[in-house]
Amino acid sequence: MSAPANQNGRWYMLTVVGADRPGIVAKLTDALYRGGCNLGEASMVRLGENFSVMLMVEGADAAVLERLVKPVTDALRLRLHIDPIQGRLHHHQEPNVQVTVYGADRPGIVAQVTGVLADAGCNILDLNSDVGGSAERPIYIMIIDGYAPAGMAAIGHALEPLRRDGIEVRVSGLDTLIG
Amino acid sequence: MAVLEVLQYPDPRLKQVSVPVVAFDATLQAFLADLEETMRAGPGSVGIAAPQVGIFQRIIIVDVSSKPGIRQHGCLRLVNPEILHQEGEVKGREGCMSVPDYTGNVLRARNIRLRAQDIEGQWCEVDCEGYEARALQHEIDHLDGQLFLDRIVSPRHDLFRRKVYR
Repeated sequence: MSAPANQNGRWYMLTVVGADRPGIVAKLTDALYRGGCNLGEASMVRLGENFSVMLMVEGADAAVLERLVKPVTDALRLRLHIDPIQGRLHHHQEPNVQVTVYGADRPGIVAQVTGVLADAGCNILDLNSDVGGSAERPIYIMIIDGYAPAGMAAIGHALEPLRRDGIEVRVSGLDTLIG
Repeated sequence: MAVLEVLQYPDPRLKQVSVPVVAFDATLQAFLADLEETMRAGPGSVGIAAPQVGIFQRIIIVDVSSKPGIRQHGCLRLVNPEILHQEGEVKGREGCMSVPDYTGNVLRARNIRLRAQDIEGQWCEVDCEGYEARALQHEIDHLDGQLFLDRIVSPRHDLFRRKVYR
């Protein structure tokens, strides 16, 4: 096939979701590589029994991207979504606070914790969560890295009511060592 | 004194192993002054190793005195440093003047005892902990051609760890 027109510097966010199986990333990225695309930052993870991909791609426009990737996602029965984005590489924000939360799973933990963070102007840069324990007694675990303009003190105090509800909440400062 | 050029990965020289210092002379003194000035010129940098400026000798400087409320020894200018003993394991976020615009979590020993020579060649032993110990381990790694990228742990590390303990 002919090389796609190079959309220089124009990034797209490619989202792919579906039942997990070996080979999803390999087939997806091989199609993009053969199509002359360049990959940027990405997050890929198995959630439940599904695999989810969020991948920055440049080097082709949306129509070409879809033509490259659709045969793969169709064959693997994955959902595909392509959005143009404004983002760029090399603009990382460094987190200065980490919030670790765990407790018996119940509705509202995430909304309450992140509500406090939002009120404090804290920007979430990374959030990983999981449900552990057993089916009968699930426990919820969440780790958030964020940037809080006023630092960690205000957040720790605001999360106090959650602690009284039996949720373990730990707030710690992140000080990246540059050596 | 001068601010020296800092090598940036993927410069292959950063993977080179540095050799011990044998001459404790005026050249070494002048170099240490330049190395320290280079460290202080790097935004937020608390340490530097000679190979980062293309001098492949076992010399590091660490100064974490700008960080409030931690145990530290001020500015450590160490020649031929060796870790004698290490204990504990703690995760922390690191970046590097030689690896711009990327930071990641690295496991390091919490406490270390090291021995090193000073600028005159006198041997001494230092016990360090926490942030200062981390900085020293990061810099000593440079002397062995290791970057923090060689030690990075998965962002989901903590979640997985909890599962292991369950």
